[in-house]
Amino acid sequence: MKSLSLTNRILLLLAVLTLIPAYFTPLWQISLWAPQYPEGLNMKIWIDQLSGNVDQINGVNHYIGMKHIGVEMFPEFNYLKYVIGAMIGLGLIFFLVGKRWSIYSFLGLLSAFGIAILVDMYLWGYEYGHELDPKAAIKVEGMSYQPPLIGYKQLLNFLAYSGPDTGSWILIGGMGLLILAVYLDWKGK
Amino acid sequence: MKTNKWLLAAGLIAAAIAPGCKPKGAQSAITGDAAAKVYVAPGQHDEFYNIVSGGFNGQMSVVGLPSGRVLKILPVFSVHPENGWGYSEQSKPMLNTANGFVPWDDLHHIAISTTNAEHDARWAFGNANNTPRIARVDLNSFKTVEIIEIPNSAGNHSSPFITQNTEYVVAGTRFSVPVGDNQDVSIDSYKENFKGYISFIGVNQETGEMNLSFQIEAPPFNFDLARAGKNKSHGWFFFSTYNTEMAHTLLEVNASQKDKDFIMAVNWKKAEEYVKAGKGTKKKARYAHNKWNEETHSATSTIMEEVLTLDPTVLKDIVYFIPCPKSPHGTDTDPTGEYIIGSGKLAAIIPVFSFTKMLAAIEKKDFEGDIQGMPVLKYESVLHGEVQKPGLGPLHTEFDGKGNAYTSMFVSSEIVKWNIETLEVLDRAPTYYSVGHLSIPGGPTGKPHGKYLVAYNKITKDRYLPTGPELAHSAQLYDISGDKMQLLLDFPTIGEPHYAEAFPASLIKDRQVKFYPIEKNNSPYALKGINDARVERKGNQVHVYMTSIRSNFRPDNIEGVQVGDEVYFHVTNLEQDWDVPHGFAIKGANTAELLIMPGETSTLKWIPDRVGVFPFYCTDFCSALHQEMQGYLRVSPKGSNVSLKYSTGASE
Repeated sequence: MKSLSLTNRILLLLAVLTLIPAYFTPLWQISLWAPQYPEGLNMKIWIDQLSGNVDQINGVNHYIGMKHIGVEMFPEFNYLKYVIGAMIGLGLIFFLVGKRWSIYSFLGLLSAFGIAILVDMYLWGYEYGHELDPKAAIKVEGMSYQPPLIGYKQLLNFLAYSGPDTGSWILIGGMGLLILAVYLDWKGK
Repeated sequence: MKTNKWLLAAGLIAAAIAPGCKPKGAQSAITGDAAAKVYVAPGQHDEFYNIVSGGFNGQMSVVGLPSGRVLKILPVFSVHPENGWGYSEQSKPMLNTANGFVPWDDLHHIAISTTNAEHDARWAFGNANNTPRIARVDLNSFKTVEIIEIPNSAGNHSSPFITQNTEYVVAGTRFSVPVGDNQDVSIDSYKENFKGYISFIGVNQETGEMNLSFQIEAPPFNFDLARAGKNKSHGWFFFSTYNTEMAHTLLEVNASQKDKDFIMAVNWKKAEEYVKAGKGTKKKARYAHNKWNEETHSATSTIMEEVLTLDPTVLKDIVYFIPCPKSPHGTDTDPTGEYIIGSGKLAAIIPVFSFTKMLAAIEKKDFEGDIQGMPVLKYESVLHGEVQKPGLGPLHTEFDGKGNAYTSMFVSSEIVKWNIETLEVLDRAPTYYSVGHLSIPGGPTGKPHGKYLVAYNKITKDRYLPTGPELAHSAQLYDISGDKMQLLLDFPTIGEPHYAEAFPASLIKDRQVKFYPIEKNNSPYALKGINDARVERKGNQVHVYMTSIRSNFRPDNIEGVQVGDEVYFHVTNLEQDWDVPHGFAIKGANTAELLIMPGETSTLKWIPDRVGVFPFYCTDFCSALHQEMQGYLRVSPKGSNVSLKYSTGASE
């Protein structure tokens, strides 16, 4: 296989480096607005913790019998930092190897990771949204109150939003660099 | 013909006395844009906070300007059943005095803290007129956090005025009284045995904590109001006096005999030096010092035993007297600190004194006499000039920062605007009716914001829909940004406002406490979570450690309490969100409710005097299931064998 151009090697390295902010910045955010919460309730999901108005969101959710949201509920918070560490390691190997397949492989890896994360979040959302306590004060119609995976959704009096936060946006930028590398690679062929 | 003449004469007489011929007084002219100027659209905020004394309700009101809307009644010296102030076990010590628990007082004046003679709005001070005290309110939480009693004082009216960096807050006594071991004296012996103490209360620059630093033993005059010097007159304090006749009966007549009373000028920097040099005398005096702790959510009251006094008849250069016509009420210093304005209630002019001239007169010993060895300056030597024909009954003066003064005229019921330098009257506007204090944003400071003026009136009569014999006190808002004052708005007030101060909302609105972090709650009765809820018996005391969170109490079923037990409900509001207080009330309790802020712990004491099952519930509509936030407590006869038990949601 052919070696990578210098430009693409740099783009690959930059893309690998965009994984590092995941350790210092929130990756995902969930926001809720209601007439009584004009300032909004906001929860941020980090690599190994939750921050923001988690208590208030739990307080509101208990009326419909939703399970308590807490760091201890999610095993992902224990291993996500190693998964991302491994990806950085693999990315660096790809960079050192410096073959054309390196960029395709790393793009594939990132895409697979992103899809896995979304599937994981959907499953958690499904579980939280459907395993409602039947003795709760408010019985939600159809006993389903699933938050949106991405974007906005009206849930009773709340408008809910779910979307990437700083760390993920940087990572999406990294994927953009890889796509640029792929494009340059095709053009140069 | 004869009949016609008679008819003509009768007609003329009728016309002469017809109401239409009564000379017109000053009319209120409301121009078209007044409504727009005071309209604060839904969801918008007022530009200024106005902290308004409540007078005989012992509280402060928080009013927004220009809308005139009341935002909060803030309990200070009076119990406030609506939020448990003075009823909860934690807040009772705040109202303790050397005379024991006092549930009421009369709060007249507000002082907003300043730095370099400009509002920093960290604290609001208020005076208790009847049982002399000064309170400090934290403007981040709008809560009374400290109250200090003033010994040797009676009628704490000349208070709580502050120095330009809030170094001191003062308390001049309105009544002179006998003090110390010499209190059982004939009232006739006023001149020999009565003293007029002026107190300087030091304020800690970081924490705001007050400490009675020293008292000056002044002659037995009546001290009315006061203002600190500022900028060039920083270091001095000016107190108005009346009854320099030293009468003790029918003061209305006997204290109005002299043509001139005094403004007492106090060189407090000099007094400070004497204190440092150990020239003060420690005297026995009992007074309470009460402090609120925002982490234990409770107050402590300490009885102090001693006070440091300075004798100005021995320690020279502290006290000088400036003659001022006819029982001066307000004494106000202009933003530069150069001019001191004395408002003689019965005077035909307003004298304006010059600080520079005062210093020169002291330097040259330009005295016309002395009082017990304290120099009396010559009126003419200190006078900058007199405002001629200002109106009748001048009381108080505020400033707009553009060289103008505004004086309230009680008798002629108007506000008079005049130029401080030229003493020329520029404008006058009627008030409805009989204005007392004035309030301009930043008005008493070195940096007035001008723009608005509020007149706090003493008489209301027909201004609002009538409500029987007792009426709300009226206030009027004027636009003072132009050459002429423009009346914009009438608004009713709470209690009887005397003085008020206003400052830009931007100073404090972004630093408001929204809730108390539960992890910092150091109350010995605090619960950090629902699992800690419990009931414990200690002899005849039953302690209910209870949590409240939307929307349940834990525990909410309690049995085993007996008639005559002392039951303490220690309720912790576990919420950690803004604007989610919970209340607590139990049937038949001879006290008030608790209103508990998020993260706070508060205690209600109850001694059941009869057998029964007593409901309790949350009094603050907290959620859609607020009405379900309730419980029962069973009271059995004394000596009953019903065992103590408690639960929440256990039995089905």
